[in-house]
Amino acid sequence: MIRSVHAELLRLRKWPAVWVTVGAWMALAAMFGYLFNYLAYKTGDTSFSNEGTTAQGLLADLMPANVPDVLIQGTPMFGGALMMVLGAIVAGNGYGWGTWKTVFTQGPSRTSVVLGSLAATTLAVVGVVLATLAMSFGISSAVAVSESQTIAWPSLGAVAAAVGAGFLVLEMWMLAGFLLGTVARGPALSVGLGLVWALVLENLLRGVGTLLDPIEAFTRVLPGTAAGSLVGSLIEASPGGDGTPGVLDTLSGAQATGTVVAYVLLLPLATIALIRRRDVA
Amino acid sequence: MNEMVVQTRELTKKYGDRLAVDRVSMTVRRGEVYGFLGPNGAGKTTTLRMMLGLIRATSGSADVLGQPAGKPEVIARVGALIEGPGFYPALSGRDNLRVLARYRGLDEQVVDDALARVDLVERGCDAFKSYSLGMKQRLGVASALMGEPELIVLDEPTNGLDPAGMADMRALIVDLARGGQTVLLSSHLLAEVQEICDRVGVINHGRLLRESTVSELRGATTLRVRGLPLDRALAIAMRLAGEDGVRVEGDELLLALRADRAPDVTRALVADGVDVHEVTSRERSLEEVFFEMTATARELEEV
Repeated sequence: MIRSVHAELLRLRKWPAVWVTVGAWMALAAMFGYLFNYLAYKTGDTSFSNEGTTAQGLLADLMPANVPDVLIQGTPMFGGALMMVLGAIVAGNGYGWGTWKTVFTQGPSRTSVVLGSLAATTLAVVGVVLATLAMSFGISSAVAVSESQTIAWPSLGAVAAAVGAGFLVLEMWMLAGFLLGTVARGPALSVGLGLVWALVLENLLRGVGTLLDPIEAFTRVLPGTAAGSLVGSLIEASPGGDGTPGVLDTLSGAQATGTVVAYVLLLPLATIALIRRRDVA
Repeated sequence: MNEMVVQTRELTKKYGDRLAVDRVSMTVRRGEVYGFLGPNGAGKTTTLRMMLGLIRATSGSADVLGQPAGKPEVIARVGALIEGPGFYPALSGRDNLRVLARYRGLDEQVVDDALARVDLVERGCDAFKSYSLGMKQRLGVASALMGEPELIVLDEPTNGLDPAGMADMRALIVDLARGGQTVLLSSHLLAEVQEICDRVGVINHGRLLRESTVSELRGATTLRVRGLPLDRALAIAMRLAGEDGVRVEGDELLLALRADRAPDVTRALVADGVDVHEVTSRERSLEEVFFEMTATARELEEV
């Protein structure tokens, strides 16, 4: 399996689409986490993302102490969606290109090939989380220095919790994308269906769930609910973290973590079961 | 040592009601170049896919290198190019091979050797998507050669190559066999198979029609005689080759005799006053045999 991880890491590293996806997330995280709030703070405007917050509140959000919240606030919404795209293209493109066919005739078993690909993509997700963390600390420190604020660091526990939760949420969506790409044998359909599911359908179902109990019970086990609640359980503890799209308080932190972890374990098993059995043309 | 590199027994693949491969039992021996011959859609690629474990057989079995097809330890000893090269378009040809070398656990040096072998060193650093069809095909062959596998399976490797590229590819395949590697080559080009293969299996409509050496398949040579008057020449020909050994085609006689009987035949004809215009030995081409065989199979199916 180590061979498969090495091989897959090389091809991901050399593949521009991976960097585009990761870059899109970093750009969005920087814009929504820092740029818009900083502009609002400097100009005194308010926008949808900082409505009702005072200038002092805005500045506090931009400080290093708030990095754990900034790190994870975007993960349930566009972070998850982008990681789903990543998983779907890593798994799905190989069918159209015929590269899975090529890889399956190299020697390693299908299970080790898939585990290798999942492990390599997981390392990419870890890289994304750590790069976002570093970027957040970099930007917030620069803001603090330029605004002559004393720098207060967040507690190690808060950083660790945010890194863990951010990784779990992004990883779950990446694995979901990987499974979808495998089922659809292509990136287009899987990305489309996945995004409609994550961004539209789950929200609609949660809306319907307020009227119908069975639907509500169903929405409680959905990945989007779990991811939103996991992040919600961490952000809520700090002031000013309300109203972020996708962040929920439907489940308790423990319940949400359990559900996300269950998805992280089950999605790869389903993927492997499918790939082991299928004919690859 | 197991002399059978590939052995299939009643290998069958059904897609719904359609029989893609119908009870194919074929054998590839160590060190030979085996030509798997058939028109497009005959079931060649499907059979090869089953041999490599890419698809499951509906029934029957395939052993490769003495073990059931598709086992990782077997696949590691086989190099394959199946139905067109499948590579990552954004990566360079070289990086594509590096990825595969990592999967195989090979040193990166094999990548440069493989590129050199198919004459792609200069374009090795260009993206795969910028390659011509022939270059893509050559890269596919290069990937099949990496790590000196015992069996090399090449599915229509000359597809998309220009005449010079085709000649190079054939020379490469002959060279591989000379180095002791077994090559299983599928093709719909009869001349190609005739030129480089030791044995052939002919497949059509999913069924293996015949498996034998190229020369066996083409049959013994015949002597072609043109002599006048025809009736007298025919009588002498029948005396020498037997009544069933002579066929008349227009003003020519085809005698089922080996080429070294030509002097005897000429002498007998001249002695009997026949004007001999031409005596040549003639070999059937694989193409003739092939069309004969596929036509017969079709007639049998229609009955």
